[in-house]
Amino acid sequence: MKKKFTVDKHILIPKHTKLGDKHKEKLLEKYNISITGLPRILKTDPGIKSLGAKPGDIIKITRKSQTSSEAVFYRVVVDV
Amino acid sequence: MDKLISEYEDKLPRKVIDDIRANLPKGINQAKLKKIMDKALGEYENAKVNAGESVGIIAAESIGEPGTQMTLNTFHFAGVAEMNVTLGLPRIIEILDGRKEIKTPIMQIRLKAPYSKGKDIKEFALSIKETKLSEITTEFSISLADSEIEVKLDKEKMKSLNLTNTNVVNSISKQLKGFTIKDNKELIILKSRAKEEALNEVYKAKEKIKDIHIRGVKGISQVLPVKRDDEFIIMTSGSNLSEVLQIDGVDSHRTTTNNIFEIQEVLGVEAARQAIIEEVFNVIENQGLNVDVRHIMLVADTMCVLGMIKGITRYGVVSEKSSVLARASFETPIKHIINAALVGENDTLNSVVENVMLNQPVPIGTGVPKLVTKKK
Repeated sequence: MKKKFTVDKHILIPKHTKLGDKHKEKLLEKYNISITGLPRILKTDPGIKSLGAKPGDIIKITRKSQTSSEAVFYRVVVDV
Repeated sequence: MDKLISEYEDKLPRKVIDDIRANLPKGINQAKLKKIMDKALGEYENAKVNAGESVGIIAAESIGEPGTQMTLNTFHFAGVAEMNVTLGLPRIIEILDGRKEIKTPIMQIRLKAPYSKGKDIKEFALSIKETKLSEITTEFSISLADSEIEVKLDKEKMKSLNLTNTNVVNSISKQLKGFTIKDNKELIILKSRAKEEALNEVYKAKEKIKDIHIRGVKGISQVLPVKRDDEFIIMTSGSNLSEVLQIDGVDSHRTTTNNIFEIQEVLGVEAARQAIIEEVFNVIENQGLNVDVRHIMLVADTMCVLGMIKGITRYGVVSEKSSVLARASFETPIKHIINAALVGENDTLNSVVENVMLNQPVPIGTGVPKLVTKKK
């Protein structure tokens, strides 16, 4: 009766992708912040389980937005 | 032409670009398109919130003012089965405070075909509902002479739930250790294996077995199949997202709960943020009030920046403020000031409240820019 549930496809979860190193630097430069200035996401978050992200990685989140149909958001992976 | 439009993809939001694409007249030339795009960009930049605008205060006012019009204790009875759902101000306070235990947890379970078409929907719903031993029995009694517990089963109820004696015996033996179980058709007799069982212990065990879980999902206390649009869904009172998502026949991609902490645990912060926005917005809309989603989005974002839900309370987001004075100005000032004095905390006066307290210009709006001189 029990089966594996793939969390990624739930309607509430927006698309999560891991940023490469190049994009990472570009992003921090664009907003003129250090990596600690970004909003955080826990390493154990179900949304990034399949990405295998390590602390210090930046996750790009493409949200469906009511106001602009698509909005991009960034979070940095942290330990607890 | 597409190339020109895609140049603007970084600068304009998706919706604006899609709108322009859909409404362009045929055979428009490059120069005119460029003009349109530049004009759109100009309008968009104009509509943006200025740097240094105090959006938090504006959001607070915009949610707070219509909030005063909400009736304090609104309870809503949905449909015939009178399922009780907390709405109105109590519900908003519950969400924004980030309470772990909410008053009325409910789930909306969406189903896959054929259940979504209404096939066997009652049976399916009942199989999700939590059944405890006390619900399918008529009597618990203790025979003092043998220190045994006799459980009299309700045959009719068991039949309607498709349960047999063996089912029941199996669940009891799994969850209760140290008892021998005899199945006697009408009765189930439990005898303690311990040689000299104090009667006291038997009494305790009798109370314990009433709560033995027989079938269904833990925490789901009521189920109600309803028709929404073209499909059947199951509304439940009580919520257990992680278990329900694993049941065959449940559409695990569209099933939701109103418990945001459960969503955070099972689906992550981003899903929780989305759920906060939807829940708050629905409550406000239900009351016939009109608040822009952007204000609610801002609140939801603040609650979720740390990667987990923090309520807008002195234990939540306020405790994360870096300034001692800002924390002290919210609640329990003496505690914060004493603690700061004990560890010798520094206050860099970067934010608003502390500067107001010290009668200094606040870093908001025109207070943001500073004069910088070159060192010689």
